[in-house]
Amino acid sequence: MEDRRLNRRDFLKLTSLGAAAALAPKAEAALRAAIKPLVANGPHPGDNGGGAHRWVMVIDLARCDGCGECTKACSAMHLVPPGQEWIKVYNIEHEGLAASHFFPRPCMQCDNPPCVNVCPVGASYKRSDGIVLIDQEVCIGCRFCMAACPYSARYFNWAEPPHTARELSQSYSVETNIPHRKGVVEKCLFCPALTSKGELPACVTGCPMGAIYFGDENENAVTNSLGETLSLSDFLHDGAAHRHLEELGTEPRVWYLPPRTQSTSTQSQPSAVLLSGLEG
Amino acid sequence: MTALLAKLLGSSTEDFDKLNTHEKALLRPVFVWGRGFYLTVAFLALIFGFGVFAYLTQLRDGLAATGMRDTVSWGLYIINFVFFIGISHVGALLSSILRLTGAKWRHPITRMAESITFAALLFGALMPIIDLGRPERMFNLIFSGRIQSPILWDIISITTYLAGSSLFLLLPLIPDMALLRDKFIHAPAWRRWIYRILSFGWTGTPEQHARLDRAMNTMAVLILPIAVMVHTVVSWIFAMTLRPGWNSTIFGPYFVAGALASGAASVVLAMVVFRKMYRLEEFITLKHFKYMAALVLTLNLAYIYFNISEYVTLAYKMEGAEKAVLASLFSGQFAGLFWMTQVLGLIVPAFLLVLPMIKPMTWIKRLRVLPPMLLAAISALFLGASLATSFFNTFIGFDPSLVALAFLLGGLAFGGWATLTLIPWLQARPIPTFVIAAALIVIQAWLKRFIIVVPVLEQPFITDAAFEGALYNPTWVEWGITAGALAGFLLVYLILSRMVPIVSVWETKHGEVEETVSGPAHALPQPAGVSSPEV
Repeated sequence: MEDRRLNRRDFLKLTSLGAAAALAPKAEAALRAAIKPLVANGPHPGDNGGGAHRWVMVIDLARCDGCGECTKACSAMHLVPPGQEWIKVYNIEHEGLAASHFFPRPCMQCDNPPCVNVCPVGASYKRSDGIVLIDQEVCIGCRFCMAACPYSARYFNWAEPPHTARELSQSYSVETNIPHRKGVVEKCLFCPALTSKGELPACVTGCPMGAIYFGDENENAVTNSLGETLSLSDFLHDGAAHRHLEELGTEPRVWYLPPRTQSTSTQSQPSAVLLSGLEG
Repeated sequence: MTALLAKLLGSSTEDFDKLNTHEKALLRPVFVWGRGFYLTVAFLALIFGFGVFAYLTQLRDGLAATGMRDTVSWGLYIINFVFFIGISHVGALLSSILRLTGAKWRHPITRMAESITFAALLFGALMPIIDLGRPERMFNLIFSGRIQSPILWDIISITTYLAGSSLFLLLPLIPDMALLRDKFIHAPAWRRWIYRILSFGWTGTPEQHARLDRAMNTMAVLILPIAVMVHTVVSWIFAMTLRPGWNSTIFGPYFVAGALASGAASVVLAMVVFRKMYRLEEFITLKHFKYMAALVLTLNLAYIYFNISEYVTLAYKMEGAEKAVLASLFSGQFAGLFWMTQVLGLIVPAFLLVLPMIKPMTWIKRLRVLPPMLLAAISALFLGASLATSFFNTFIGFDPSLVALAFLLGGLAFGGWATLTLIPWLQARPIPTFVIAAALIVIQAWLKRFIIVVPVLEQPFITDAAFEGALYNPTWVEWGITAGALAGFLLVYLILSRMVPIVSVWETKHGEVEETVSGPAHALPQPAGVSSPEV
C-alpha cells in the first residue's frame, strides 16, 4: 500500500516534469498568446489603426437648434436599429430656472474609456486613431460597458433587430457594425467607413446649422457641414470649450462650446462674449 | 408508486433497523425516503421546470423578453447573483471561523451551512450567464478574457470558491460516506457507487483521522480569504464604475457584511426547518439558536453600521450626481422599499434578536394587551382616514401636512403600544422570534440588492428634460427564472440532505453535543412550549 502510493507520486512527478520539458516552447507561445489580452487596451486584432489620425469632434451648442437632423442622418447611414440614437439630442434643463439648451451626445470616444476598461472579453477596444469600437463577433452581451459609460452612449440589441435586404447584403465589419445583431452592444463609431475616404461623419454632414465640427487633432483643424474649417486649438480656446463630465476623468474626444456663445468664428473674443452677455 | 420510487431511488428500512441509536437519530432521512419527500421534490422540480421554460423563452426572444432596457440594463438576474453569492458566504464563515476558534457547538450545523454555500454558489454563478445577451459565447470569457475586467475577477474568485467550498463540504463527509457505504448495503446501485467513490477508502484508522484533520485545518485557513475576496469583487462590479451610488470605496466591506448577515440568517432558517422536518431537536438545541442569533445580530449590526456610513456621508452633502439617486431612495420612487428594508429588514430584526436574550421585563406584562377587535377597529380607522385624506388632498386641494403629523404621532403611539404588549410573547418564544428576525433579514437581503442595483441605473448622468425616470418592471420571464433558481437551490439543498446526513454523524458521535451542552453563558428563562434538552 505504502509502496504503491510512493510509486504513484513519483510517477506523477516524472510525467509532469517530462510534459513540461516537451511542452516548454509551446507553453511559451501559449503564454504569450494568453498574456496579450493582459496588455491594457492593447491592439485589437481588428485594429487597422486608422492611419496617423487622431479624430476629434467639436459641438457648438450655441448653434444647435435641436432639430435632430444629425440623429436622422446617423440612423440612415448606419441603419441604426429602432429605439437607438447613436447621436442623441438632449434638451437639458437647468434646475430652478426656466432655461434649457440642446445637447447632442455622440459617443465621446474617451481616451480613458470606462467601457473599454471593464469589457471582460476585449470586444470594446480603443483604436490608435482615438476611436472606441465594438467587435460584435466577440461581444458576449454582459452590458457591463453600458453600466460603466457615464454618457449613456451605448445601446443593446434586446431583440433581433429588423433587417433589410440592403443591410444583410453587407459583410460584417467592426467599422460599420452592419448587419446588426441580437444580444450585443452598439454605439456611435465616428463613421470610420467615411473618414477613411476623406469624408465627414454622417451627423456632421447632416447638421444644417453647422454646429458639429470634425477633424484631426494632429492636423489641428476641424470642419463643419458649411465648409468652415477652423484651427482646432484657437477654436477651443476662444470658445471656452469644455468636455462633458470632465471631472470623471474619462478624457472625451468630443469638445463642447458653451450654449451662450453668439458667434463661433475665430474672431469672437471670449471677453467680448462676456461683455455682451453682461450688457444684454 | 412510492414503493417503486423507493426501490429505484433508495429506501431501506431493513438497513435502517440495524443502525445504533445515534445513527438512527440522524440517518432516517437518508435511509427512508417517503411520500412527503417525493412530493416536495416534484413540486420544486415543477417550479424549476417553469424557470427553464422561461429561460427558453428568453433564448428565443432575446433579452427583450425581460423588463431591462438601455437605461436600466441590469435587473433581477444581477440582483439574484449578488443575493445568492451573499447567502453562500455562511458556509465558510461558520465552518472556518468556528473551527479555527475551536467552538465545538458548531458540529451539528456546519454541514447545513456548507451545503447552503454549495447550492447557493451553483445558482449564483448561473445568474450572470442567464443575463448574457450571447450565452453561447460565454467561453470568450476564458479564451479572450481580459484580466483587467472585474468580471474576470468574479469568475476567478467564484470558481475558486466553488471548488474550495465543495472540498470543504466533502472532507468532513468522508467518514459519513464510509458509514453509508458500510451500513446502507441495500441502497440502489447508483447510491452505493456514490458512497463508495466519495468515501475514498476511508477505514477510520488514526492516520486517516490525523490527515483529515490536517486537511480540514488547511482548508479552514484557505477558504476565509477566498470568501472575503468573492464578495468584495462582486461589489466591485458596481464600485468600479463611475455611477453615483456605486462609485464608493466602502462597497467591498459593505457587501461582505451584508452577505455574511444574510448567510447566517439563512442558516437559522435551515436549522429550524431541518430540526422540525428531520426531528433533530436532540442535536439542534436552543443553545445553537442562541449562539447563531448572537452571530446574526453581530453581523446585522455591522451591516447597519455600513448602511449608515454609506448613506449618511452622501446624504449630508446631498449634492452632485448622488442627489438624484438619494432623493429617489429617501423620498422618491423607491422610498417605500428603502425605508422598509432599513427599518423592517435591519433595525427590527436587531431588536427581535436581542429580546429573547435579555431578562423578561416584568413591567411590560402589566400593560393591557389590546383586544383584537379594538386592533382591527383602529387599523380600519387609520386606513379609512388615510384614504379620505388622499381624497381631500387630490380633489379639494387641502393641505394634509397637519393631518399627516397627527397620523404619524397616532400611528407611533398605537404601534408602540401594540409592540410593547408583543414583547413578553416574543421573549417567551426565543426560537420563533429568532426565526422571524432571520426571515426578515433574508428578505431584506434580496430587496436591498434591488435597492442597490436598480435606482442607480434609473438615474443616468445625462437626463433629458422629458426624462421621468426609467421604470424597470421585471417580466414574468425574469420572475419565472428567479423562482426557478430559488426552487433549484432548495431542490439541491433538499436532495443533498437526503443523500447524506445533514448533521454530521461522526463529528457528533464523540460526545461533543454533551460537551457543548454545559451551561449557557447567560441565563435564559425556560420558555414555555420550547423543549430544550440541555437545560
